[in-house]
Amino acid sequence: MAAAYELRCRECGKRYENAPLSICDECFSPLEVVCDLEAAKRTLTREAIAAGPSSMWRYQALLPVPEDYKPVTPAGWTPLLHAPRLAERIGARNLFIKNDAVCLPTLSFKDRVVAVALANAQIFGFDTVGCSSTGNLANAVAAGAARLGLKTYILVPGDLEPAKILNTQVYGATLVRIDGNYDHVNRLCSQIADRYNWGFVNVNLRPYYAEGSKTVGFEIAEQLGWRLPDNVVVPMAGGSLITKIRKAFKELIALGLVEEKEVRFFGAQATGCSPIATAVKTGADHIEPQRPATIARSLAIGNPADGVYAARAIRESGGWAEDVSDVEIVSAIQELAETEGIFTETAGGVTTAVTARLYAHGRIHPDELTVACITGNGLKTTDVLQGAYEQHAAIRPRLTDFENYLEECSEENELELGGAYVR
Amino acid sequence: MSVRVLLPNAFQKHTNGTREIQSSAGNLPQLISEIETTFPALRSHLRDESGQVRRFINFYVNEEDIRFLGNDKYSFKDGDEVLVIPSIAGGCCAAGECASRGIRLAAVCSCCSYCGQEECCCGD
Repeated sequence: MAAAYELRCRECGKRYENAPLSICDECFSPLEVVCDLEAAKRTLTREAIAAGPSSMWRYQALLPVPEDYKPVTPAGWTPLLHAPRLAERIGARNLFIKNDAVCLPTLSFKDRVVAVALANAQIFGFDTVGCSSTGNLANAVAAGAARLGLKTYILVPGDLEPAKILNTQVYGATLVRIDGNYDHVNRLCSQIADRYNWGFVNVNLRPYYAEGSKTVGFEIAEQLGWRLPDNVVVPMAGGSLITKIRKAFKELIALGLVEEKEVRFFGAQATGCSPIATAVKTGADHIEPQRPATIARSLAIGNPADGVYAARAIRESGGWAEDVSDVEIVSAIQELAETEGIFTETAGGVTTAVTARLYAHGRIHPDELTVACITGNGLKTTDVLQGAYEQHAAIRPRLTDFENYLEECSEENELELGGAYVR
Repeated sequence: MSVRVLLPNAFQKHTNGTREIQSSAGNLPQLISEIETTFPALRSHLRDESGQVRRFINFYVNEEDIRFLGNDKYSFKDGDEVLVIPSIAGGCCAAGECASRGIRLAAVCSCCSYCGQEECCCGD
């Protein structure tokens, strides 16, 4: 391998030099990056990683960027939190949350993939970048491109949440709303990338972009004290994240940084858009596209690019996939916030609800070390909680008013306990 | 009758740079045959060892995935625009068996929608 990484076809194995390319010209299958682990092995130790920056770039040697690349945005290195109160609520005893709701700079795990994609956009000389997005990626590309001084075209479904639209436009990106769902948007971006000399992070830069997701897996292992968990629960949209966390664990094993272990992977989707979960449940080796209909719009991809690989990774690992209703998603958002102080968006509601179900159905044993991946922030999808909480009238700034208020509250609680009042 | 067919950049190495063709094919199998006749170099790349069109190649008719329209059974209409896009997703076999199987699964499969197990008693 000339460089420390190169492109390789995931199906026929044909190798390619590094280029803005995502499709094999022999069999038209997707390409992915392969890193030279033998080269990395010579210098990469736990100590060397620990001495690196407090960001995903501490794993730079395992990412597709040149050795001398100087990162400009410290994304990643998010908290891995023990979650005993949520665990108690759902029948678990050893549950952790990987909290990318606080991933910087735009509060979702997409900041990781964008950091790697935009590094490569610069290497390939693009002055304009773009993406098709269900929202979080739009935010991350817009912010990342602003910081690098790149022009940006971002295409999104017309019905995207207002917060995600605002959080894209504020960075000066050109936002193009498309009258259609994500799959329509993604298809148009494939055509645009064919026609214009732009770097689309999840189209022609996709192999590089996807590698950024590995850092979620690297961090989980390091934060657990350089060991792998028993189970990981991951939300699935295009299906890339779950395959890349698995790839990360395999790379760490190959590098001798963690002990070999079979980690089981569990995928989470919303019932209103569950093509990968359906494939896992039916044992199909292909993905049947669906027309999405769910409030979890960041997971609403009916024709998932990495769906086949996600389903395969789940099956090979001995895991499972589940899907949950929109009502369950909202309840799970509230449950995670109330028990662990983590406010996640709808995708995190999907992950939390699916995690609960996996314990309830005995697919995960309570004592097994399990990590649930929360990938986005609740402030971006507050619309789904509209009307969920009553606002009482403002009281005067007097102690007596406050005491009256407390009394009213306790009366309401008594009524609630008596079963006369149901929220 | 004529349909406009847009080919992806990934095909161009095998089509001498042709990006667009007009076709009189009546349906998808006919269109694939016609593409293969017009561009013989593309044939071995378009199909796998068993002769099936590779699963990562997707076909769309006027913005709609052809699998939602009946796949092979869909009859092209005059003026249709057919878009060929590789590598978006898993796709399925060209014979359309997958699509029909998918419909069957959704309609009559005995899998429990809650736990995915056949003959489960979740709902009881």
